[in-house]
Amino acid sequence: MPRANAAALKDAGIAGFVALMLAVPLVGFRTIEGPSGLTLQTRFDWVAYGVIAVFIGRLLLNVWPNTWRLRPQRAQQTSNAQHQTTMKLVALGGVGFAVALPFLPFADRYVVDLAITVLIYIMLGWGLNIVVGLAGLLDLGYVAFYAVGAYSFALGAQYWGLNFWEALPLAGALAAMLGMLLGFPVLRLRGDYLAIVTLGFGEMIRLLIINLQGFTGGPNGVSGIPRPSFFGFPFAREVEDGVMPFHELLGIEYSTQHRFIFLYFIILVLALITNAFTMRIRKLPIGRAWEALREDEIACKALGINPTNTKLTAFAIGAMFGGFAGAFFATRQGFISPESFNFLESAFILAIVVLGGMGSQTGIVIAALLLVVLPEVGREFAEFRMLLFGAAMIAIMVWRPYGLLSRRAPTITLGSGGA
Amino acid sequence: MEYFLQQTINGITLGAVYGLIAIGYTMVYGIVGMINFAHGEIYMIGAFVAVIVFTLLGMMGVTWVPAAVLIVLVTSMLFTAAYGWAVERIAYRPLRGSFRLAPLISAIGMSIFLQNYVQLLQGARVKSIQPVVTGAIPLIETGHFQVAVTYIQILIIVLTVLLMIGFSLLITRTRFGRAQRACEQDQTMAALLGIDVDRTISMTFMIGAILAAVAGVMVTLYYGVVDFFIGFQAGLKAFAAAVLGGIGSLPGAMLGGFLIGLVEAYWSAYFSIEYKDIATFSILILVLIFRPTGLLGRPDVEKV
Amino acid sequence: MTLLKVENLTMRFGGLTAVDDLSFTANAGDITAIIGPNGAGKTTVFNCITGFYKPTRGRIGLGALDLAQMSGHTIAANARVARTFQNIRLFPRMTVLENLIVAQHNKLMRASGFTLAGLFGLPGYRQAEKAAVEKAKAWLDRIDLLGRADDEAGNLPYGAQRRLEIARAMCTDPVLLCLDEPAAGLNARESAELNRLLLDIRQRDGVSLLLIEHDMNVVMGISDHIVVLDYGKRIADGTPAEIRADPAVIRAYLGEPEGDAA
Repeated sequence: MPRANAAALKDAGIAGFVALMLAVPLVGFRTIEGPSGLTLQTRFDWVAYGVIAVFIGRLLLNVWPNTWRLRPQRAQQTSNAQHQTTMKLVALGGVGFAVALPFLPFADRYVVDLAITVLIYIMLGWGLNIVVGLAGLLDLGYVAFYAVGAYSFALGAQYWGLNFWEALPLAGALAAMLGMLLGFPVLRLRGDYLAIVTLGFGEMIRLLIINLQGFTGGPNGVSGIPRPSFFGFPFAREVEDGVMPFHELLGIEYSTQHRFIFLYFIILVLALITNAFTMRIRKLPIGRAWEALREDEIACKALGINPTNTKLTAFAIGAMFGGFAGAFFATRQGFISPESFNFLESAFILAIVVLGGMGSQTGIVIAALLLVVLPEVGREFAEFRMLLFGAAMIAIMVWRPYGLLSRRAPTITLGSGGA
Repeated sequence: MEYFLQQTINGITLGAVYGLIAIGYTMVYGIVGMINFAHGEIYMIGAFVAVIVFTLLGMMGVTWVPAAVLIVLVTSMLFTAAYGWAVERIAYRPLRGSFRLAPLISAIGMSIFLQNYVQLLQGARVKSIQPVVTGAIPLIETGHFQVAVTYIQILIIVLTVLLMIGFSLLITRTRFGRAQRACEQDQTMAALLGIDVDRTISMTFMIGAILAAVAGVMVTLYYGVVDFFIGFQAGLKAFAAAVLGGIGSLPGAMLGGFLIGLVEAYWSAYFSIEYKDIATFSILILVLIFRPTGLLGRPDVEKV
Repeated sequence: MTLLKVENLTMRFGGLTAVDDLSFTANAGDITAIIGPNGAGKTTVFNCITGFYKPTRGRIGLGALDLAQMSGHTIAANARVARTFQNIRLFPRMTVLENLIVAQHNKLMRASGFTLAGLFGLPGYRQAEKAAVEKAKAWLDRIDLLGRADDEAGNLPYGAQRRLEIARAMCTDPVLLCLDEPAAGLNARESAELNRLLLDIRQRDGVSLLLIEHDMNVVMGISDHIVVLDYGKRIADGTPAEIRADPAVIRAYLGEPEGDAA
């Protein structure tokens, strides 16, 4: 088909030309800071490679469109009951593995530490999922609640000597209150306005933390945040008189590993509570109303559901879990600073929720594992991490706008539900 | 009084830059109903192209300032428009008609990608250039304080006004403008009437990018420093400007830009420079609460 | 007995007056139809009654309440006015059964102790949910969708979606049910079924109906009372037989070449 080929060639030519336009200024020249101001270095070979790559890539796409092109897909259709049984098995296996993990032979300090990071993001993902996945409210400032939780504990410990267990409920409550305070005026806004306002709000919290230097330590952060103790028994080799350390309590040899394992179990339990809460509340009227709001707000109003209150609860509960996770983050790090709570962090958590398939608890676990562990594995590409992250977000949206696991489980069925 | 006047001049200059970026947000929102989150990055790319071309011109010995500025403006507009086109084609077009959060998330991905792309290619350090347009016109001179408007400020304000006029003519008087407005109203109907919707949307993104590029060039001239991260803050403020003026309204975007610029200048001058961004975001939130359609936006009747 | 009393209702959008000083009444237990050419302001009247628009002027009396002063969701929740939409608004990714359960939100919310009792699985809430499911099942039986209870609502055929939307509105226990073009897009058999369903709702559930409709078979077949609008004003009001003979109505429908002579 010469005509089709000519069209394909022309199209690839256009793509190549655009690539040339994109590459010439930013790839072709590199600015170098010299002693007497900027100078330029040329890299036209890179431009040439890039343009050729785009031309050939586009040509291949045109010649075999169906094998190459990314197409939006929806989940395959298998029966609901079957799907749910599989998911249940996967979940049980996952929890079993998570409990056993610290005692497995390969679980050294590094592995447990990485697992803690993964669990923090799983918990944050599950918390944000209530807001974004269930209630359909796009929150780009979730990190603000995470920050509030972290700072409640860090400052509570610094000023009032609170320990982790005392600070945990406080962190959740403060974050939830802040969520309500912000949510009340802005939740009437349309979806994308809400996104920007929450984004602005996240930035405001970060700027406040930076600027209230006398209280928050400003850009220097807070250090010396106390480590959690095992219900009053600290993890330490040497302790003051009258205090019994954890290893003596169990009568075992002291090991620094104990504290990591304990931290690991705290976050595992916190995350599982978040999950259990979400699973349960989905089946309650408020949870169903969240999902109904996501589907059609006008229809909800016509059924007498108060949209503002309903959204507010989602917002506050999501914030609360963010606050819990924040308190844990503070105790785990021992040091926090505003830089841990920037917009990229919000975007990262959102990416986990969206990539997982909005509303899917299991999907979020898979996404958190992928997004946290993959960059660790490919450490040598560290500088490309964020570049690839951005590109992956686009690619996933184009390929699977509904996420990896987009199957929604009904909250009630006539077969097994309340009937 | 003199101090106030000086701050007003500074604020208007800053506002002109925000306004130019805000038009891109407003136009794109009007036609495809999404926030082009990567628009701030487009502006940043415009500024980088400007730095590169300025440096190139300096190395080639082009020293006549008007020529240099003109060449930089044209090349930056040209190359940045290509970025505007590519962003829409790659990240948004495949998602048209998908569920409503998909394009926004894709846009966030694009924003992160572009930031890191520029950082990797050009380095993370701040790029500074020699002042190109220097000099000022003193307006009022008292014993210890001088109110002046610099040539660059004049250039920014005049150029912005000219672009606004040209742009308004483009939207109200030309074939493209008609197609653009038709697509805003109803894309399906516009397509049935023979308007190439894809082309119109692409053009909209390119025009938004061109205006952002002008803003980028102006900022490069004004401050003389650029880094890969400037797009985030400026984008957020320009978006705030678009919302403040009433998203979808072109004069609104400009008005919002000037207001945000003035607030920032006055707040920095009279209260505290650290809290200027907090002030801007607070105003954005307040406006959205009390006047969700912005200052010049049309009231938004819920379609039932 | 008068159930709904609309007095001097006016709705302006900028310079456009969509509803102009409109007054009419609907009796309890009646099926009242609002008809008129396209653009006559019918849906705007509906949106004012159900709280989606705040009228510029006028009173919408329902018992002692003035719906014109109430907003959004409170009309459905407190005044017990339910509605359907011209372009069906189901929760497409939720199941048919879930759609009907969500409609009973306020009742279930109270039963779940505003979520707290429900979280701990207290028996009171379990009872209430069971009752809600029974009610949903009864409605699914009536609209012939019992077999599809666990399917996504968005996957139902068009006619079934229309019926489900009506059942969903009925699950809120309304005293007045407002239907915006319920027969639009239905074939002859489906629209006959719809007639039976609406008559059944009035008979068995004692709910009054207010409907906008272009399908004259439905309007003339089941309404007790018809209000005719043109350009936002009432031009006629009466029984089907009276309306059929009214010269103003004929003029409005046939007198203008671009009028909708449905």
